[in-house]
Amino acid sequence: MGLILETRDLTKRFGAFQAVSNVNLKVEQGAIHALIGPNGAGKTTTFNLLTKFLQPTSGQILFNGRDITSAQPQDLPKAGIVRSFQISAVFGEMTVAQNVRVALQRQLKIALQFWRPLSSLSQLNDKADSLLEAVGLRDFRSIKAKELSYGRKRALEIATTLAMDPELLLLDEPTSGLGHEDVDRIAALIQSFAKTRTLLMVEHNLSVVSSLCDRITVLTRGSILVEGNYNTVSRDPAVIEAYLGTGHA
Amino acid sequence: MTTIDIKQQPVARLEWEKVALVILLALALIAPSFVYPLFLVRILTFVLFASAYNLIFGYAGLLGFGHAAFFGLASYAVAQSAKTLPITPEIAILFGVFVSAAMGVVFGWLAIRRQGLYFAMITLALAQIVYFFFAQVEWAHGEDGIQSVPRGHFLGLIDLSDNMVMYYFVLGVFLIGFLFLLRVIASPYGEVLKAVRDNEARAISLGYDANAIKLIAFTISAGLAGLAGGLNALSFQLASLSDVHYLLSAEVILMVLIGGAATTIGPVLGAVVVVAMQNYFAPFGAWVLVFQGVIFVVCVLTMRNGIVGVIDMLAKAWVDKSGKAY
Ligand SMILES: Nc1ncnc2c1ncn2[C@@H]1O[C@H](COP(=O)(O)OP(=O)(O)OP(=O)(O)O)[C@@H](O)[C@H]1O
Ligand SMILES: [Mg+2]
Repeated sequence: MGLILETRDLTKRFGAFQAVSNVNLKVEQGAIHALIGPNGAGKTTTFNLLTKFLQPTSGQILFNGRDITSAQPQDLPKAGIVRSFQISAVFGEMTVAQNVRVALQRQLKIALQFWRPLSSLSQLNDKADSLLEAVGLRDFRSIKAKELSYGRKRALEIATTLAMDPELLLLDEPTSGLGHEDVDRIAALIQSFAKTRTLLMVEHNLSVVSSLCDRITVLTRGSILVEGNYNTVSRDPAVIEAYLGTGHA
Repeated sequence: MTTIDIKQQPVARLEWEKVALVILLALALIAPSFVYPLFLVRILTFVLFASAYNLIFGYAGLLGFGHAAFFGLASYAVAQSAKTLPITPEIAILFGVFVSAAMGVVFGWLAIRRQGLYFAMITLALAQIVYFFFAQVEWAHGEDGIQSVPRGHFLGLIDLSDNMVMYYFVLGVFLIGFLFLLRVIASPYGEVLKAVRDNEARAISLGYDANAIKLIAFTISAGLAGLAGGLNALSFQLASLSDVHYLLSAEVILMVLIGGAATTIGPVLGAVVVVAMQNYFAPFGAWVLVFQGVIFVVCVLTMRNGIVGVIDMLAKAWVDKSGKAY
């Protein structure tokens, strides 16, 4: 299968500091690809570059062979790329159901029509409820998102992201801060979602990485250190020193 | 995820809010029999102005500090056109709405790229330009303003010179504007607007152009502020510098904060309270400003979301108490 996402010498400087240096990332279609590395390695910055929240200093980003380096962040969902955030991002004052519905709404022609009644969105309610069911939030549908516990906020964010039905999904630490049960639930969800789509995720939980991911890229100080499957990567002495050795093993 | 504790507060809020709006509408229909109609006109136009401001402040999260520019621009546009052109009052008002909305597009476009305090400062600076414009141009007559504006005949048929007739005309136009605003808030677009307010980056990552969404809100808000300003000028037959003054911009923020931002009834209650206060404290002259300042500080310090917040709290306490009784 071909590459869905490719970067060529992707570089980002903040002043004199180079957060991402000449990264050549290749994500295969249909893969679950992990991006790991110690704190401050540049993983979130890479995500921000890939999703256009930051403009690269130099380098190129190709999605399905098409150059998207100068795209606008709001245009990526249409192209098929949707991301989640490291710090859980929900719409706090809206209800749980509204959170998912506002994502589903994007595909409708009436998405931005201010003269239509709210009832024109009720066609989306069943879809929203089934997504909430999948992440175990159905019973919380009518409370405000800001009142959810941290774990449930993360689950809601995943449901909202899945609602976009993206071809490529970028998840920044989807299981961070979650309890065991919730980690298992999210991991299962990711797995079922990935059957037909591609996933790139930043993840610190190595048991999740080892059980889910086909391919792993290790980033340290902005550059790619090693790439391969879990067995290759976890045995690599450079990785053990840079990452696994520092308390994560 | 074992215990489930589902609170239904938002739903309870909608209930009392709707009931209160219906009661207020009923009052508005009969009120001129008991209260001076022009005082009621003042209330209606300020309710509309505050509600329009609430669209950007409460629902878009934009702290605009120059909304009087839109109120005042339409005020002058309506006054001057009604006075010098052979047009009916509804056309003059439409013209006022149009120029305010058009200026909203321009000011919004200049300001929305900035956040928070910067946004406030840019809107204030732009509004000051509008103020100085009207202070300078000859046809606006400086301190005097444009006086003795003719109210004209609605549709060329109904003479508006009687205050009672004028009141019902204003009430009708007000309802069109207010209901339109309610629709915008409770529309597919309104959902996206709230999403952008709550988490802009997330809304962008879902494919929404946050700046465009905010610009739409800003434009609608400017147009409706213009509707309020136009009605005000026509009713009082006067457009003056106080309509474009920054004190008015501050006042409308005060109304929304006292009433409760991001609620439909909050600006209504806030505007009623502030206008009534100004009216009853008028004999104290400049002290009104001091009273306003004190009330403002007390409100911000003691109430989390204005009058609506207090009623919500009382309603919740009442529900909890009656719940325990079972
Ligand atoms: N806007 C910015 N301006 C300046 N420096 C930045 C900016 N954003 C990130 N950095 C720096 O870039 C480096 C990489 O940060 P990044 O957030 O990408 O790390 P990360 O790999 O996601 O780490 P973590 O595992 O802690 O999430 C850090 O040293 C950070 O301080
Ligand atoms: Mg990070």
